[in-house]
Amino acid sequence: MQLSALARLVLRLVTYAVLAVVYLPLALIFVLSFNSAKSIAWPPVGFSTRWWEGFLEVESARDALLSSARLAFVAMLIAIVLGSMLAFALQRYEFYGKNFISFLAVLPIALPGIVTGVALRNTFVRFGWDLGFLSVVAGHATFCIVVAHNNVIARLRRIAPTLREASADLGATPFQTFRLVTWPLIRSAVLAGGILAFALSFDEVVVTTFTAGAGVQTLPQWILNNFSRPNVLPYVTVMATLVMLVSLPIAWLAQRLGDSNPG
Amino acid sequence: MKKVGALAVALLGAVTLGACGGGDDSGAMLDELGDGEGAVNLVAWAGYVEDGSTDPNVDWVSDFEAETGCEVNVKIGNSSDEMVELMQSGEYDAVSASGDATLRLIAGGDVVPVNTDLIPNYADVFEGLKNKPWNSVDGKAYGVPHGRGANLLVYNTDAGAAPSSIVDMFSPDSPYAGKISVYDSPIYIADAAIYLMATQPELGITNPYALDQAQFDAALAALETQKSIVGQYWALYTDQQAALENGSITLGTTWQVIVNLAKANGAKIDSTLHNEGATGWSDTWMVSSKAKHPNCAYMWLNHIISPKANAGVAEWFGEAPSNAKSCALTADPNHCATYHADDEDYFSKVYYWTTPTKECLDGRDVECVPYTEWVNAWNKLRA
Amino acid sequence: MWGLLSAPLAWLLVVYVGSLALLVVSAFFSLDDFTGKPTTELTTSNISEAFTQGEYLSLVVRSVAVASAATLLCFALAMPAAFYIARLASQRTRRALVVALILPLWTGYLVKAFALRAVLAPGSEYGNGGFMSGLIGWSPGFGYVAVTLTLAYLWFPYMLLPIYAGLERLPDSLLDASADLGAGSMRTFRSVMLPLLLPSIAAGSIFTFSLSLGDYITVKIVGGTAQLIGNIIERALLAPNQPLAAAFTLWPMLIMVTYLAVMGRAGAFKNL
Repeated sequence: MQLSALARLVLRLVTYAVLAVVYLPLALIFVLSFNSAKSIAWPPVGFSTRWWEGFLEVESARDALLSSARLAFVAMLIAIVLGSMLAFALQRYEFYGKNFISFLAVLPIALPGIVTGVALRNTFVRFGWDLGFLSVVAGHATFCIVVAHNNVIARLRRIAPTLREASADLGATPFQTFRLVTWPLIRSAVLAGGILAFALSFDEVVVTTFTAGAGVQTLPQWILNNFSRPNVLPYVTVMATLVMLVSLPIAWLAQRLGDSNPG
Repeated sequence: MKKVGALAVALLGAVTLGACGGGDDSGAMLDELGDGEGAVNLVAWAGYVEDGSTDPNVDWVSDFEAETGCEVNVKIGNSSDEMVELMQSGEYDAVSASGDATLRLIAGGDVVPVNTDLIPNYADVFEGLKNKPWNSVDGKAYGVPHGRGANLLVYNTDAGAAPSSIVDMFSPDSPYAGKISVYDSPIYIADAAIYLMATQPELGITNPYALDQAQFDAALAALETQKSIVGQYWALYTDQQAALENGSITLGTTWQVIVNLAKANGAKIDSTLHNEGATGWSDTWMVSSKAKHPNCAYMWLNHIISPKANAGVAEWFGEAPSNAKSCALTADPNHCATYHADDEDYFSKVYYWTTPTKECLDGRDVECVPYTEWVNAWNKLRA
Repeated sequence: MWGLLSAPLAWLLVVYVGSLALLVVSAFFSLDDFTGKPTTELTTSNISEAFTQGEYLSLVVRSVAVASAATLLCFALAMPAAFYIARLASQRTRRALVVALILPLWTGYLVKAFALRAVLAPGSEYGNGGFMSGLIGWSPGFGYVAVTLTLAYLWFPYMLLPIYAGLERLPDSLLDASADLGAGSMRTFRSVMLPLLLPSIAAGSIFTFSLSLGDYITVKIVGGTAQLIGNIIERALLAPNQPLAAAFTLWPMLIMVTYLAVMGRAGAFKNL
């Protein structure tokens, strides 16, 4: 396609303008974490590093961070296992109802979180199941399965089926085939799916709110509960900045893993 | 697909039947106080359970935790409705319930009678708070009184002098139009009723929680008109606090604790009480029927109504304490006088939050609008 | 095969779909007058409350409007950006740009929502507002506009990724052929690219629309007095009136199932 120089320029400007707009609010939070005043009003009142120095001592923040990490880790494991199984089943076999299953797998992400949250809470409460760590894990795993599944099935589709056949022809058992042929080809996709699932779970707040019991407070819940509390607000901006800084390299890594070619 | 279909139907059936089960556990009143269970989960109004994280000098939780070994986890309930919902989940041990939650909790079997013999500090509670219609049934106490107060008005001192009338909250010509903050809960309809008591006496409202259909419709009409001048419906106390601090709100219904917090951050505001009569609260600490930590719950109840802790929370929140001995311990020696702690006459004119029922609370022979309709009407108003 | 499928299937079907089914059933339960708890006595009053009251109908329309506006805004920004990156940017900058635009996805929903709150907070004669108000003296303030802008900001990467992937897959030969046949750029875009990109756009719009439709937290953070479907569901749940809340959840369920069906026909599921 040939585009005029003007068109090219406009497109380029739009792209970089979007980039700027995307990062501006995040930069603002970073700046505000050094604000000596405890507010988000602009302009910031003065420069101070005391929030960075003191935030590790805020017990509730530490606990929330650990809570989220534990939760996300468990949800990720469940999602990887179940999501991969689902991906294998859907990719390898043709059966009646396959489209329905695919649809089912998308539902947790396609339906608004509040519907999932209210539905799960209703079920847990009615059956008298304790709301606590496990109920949140159950909620998170449900939508994380989809994410892991997507990554694995996309990779499976790119792998030539002849490789498996060749392995079988050479006398390998299905398990050996999996271990020596399939797994090396899919493991970066599984990992990418796992990282994505971890991030999704770490960040999730709606389903968490409805399925968490008295003793659970994840980091997003902590942020939500404390952003409005002026005495804790500065620590929230510090925590937010930290989350940003930590997630960027992880995101980059996941991006690389997901894109890498099999073999 | 047929196989999956049949499976789904069977599951649906099982799931529905399972839902119909729903066991009924009503816990009994505690006979003897045992050892603490190591933790206690509370549902409380903001400012009632302070552990130093809001203000390092405001802490009556740490000493409790050290003394009893019961680690306190508190979930802030932003409205009575939210508190009822939280208690129904059975995840919490005790709740500081206002009068519009207490009877719902009792009727729902979510709380149990409290054995006041196991709570030594109960003896010092003002007699005027014991065995009231909202905290006892058939002479059995369902909780211990926490304290009481009236809902105030907060106003920006730069915007004008203290408003003396509730009319400024409702009239379309209000000088505060667009910068008004209203409590986001169906119970606020009672405040509209109070407005009507003053401006439309012909409606004959005597109790803002006993509204027949005509009176109720009039209250809703007043609230509908008010929508155009409202700048904020606050559910989180911190939202109103932030709005007061940045000046986007210059008049609103409030609690003293919010005024104090915003003032400490530099907001130019003050509180006042309008002369038409106010809604208010008389709160009761209740114990859950499904409490997992009943002993710690009782220890907390005893602690929060102890003279020192009760004085602390009464001053922090801005209300009258329930323990008579607290008056000698408040930092401000006039606190009890300012908040009318012992003034039953004053509180006879405060309309405590109460659950409206079909049987009119003022004893009239007509049918009054029950609370479920208040909720529906409020939801539609806000939609 | 059933072995492979049974564990995830059991989870999805029993736990998730079962919960949804239970929720739908519970919408027909009534609240006991005395205890205030849901009984198994059936009633249609919740359904009629949620589906016939004018205020709620207008609320639903408003929610669909906001979700649509956010989706369109996402598309309007993602399309040119994706096009530039996929077809005009140099090989080196291509990856960097994609990654740069996707990274914020990882920084967290709440962080971004509060960041936008810090940008859009209105000022007044009594106090300072947020970044925009402080910088140029004006901001749209909190309300439906702020909600739409924030939602578009939040879900932008979800729209960008599929469109970019779709553009990458577009064979150059088709575009060359179109040019050879005499079509100008706009014509090629409209008649060749867009139809081929439709499945990707549809896929991207599913996330953007669905996430916007049910959102209630962003509404609370930057919406001021605004209310969308999610807020009413939460209100009803906290009343507490779980059956009524369940009745309200039927709205987003119905809307999303319809939307998914339409997008499915546009080919969205092939590339999810």
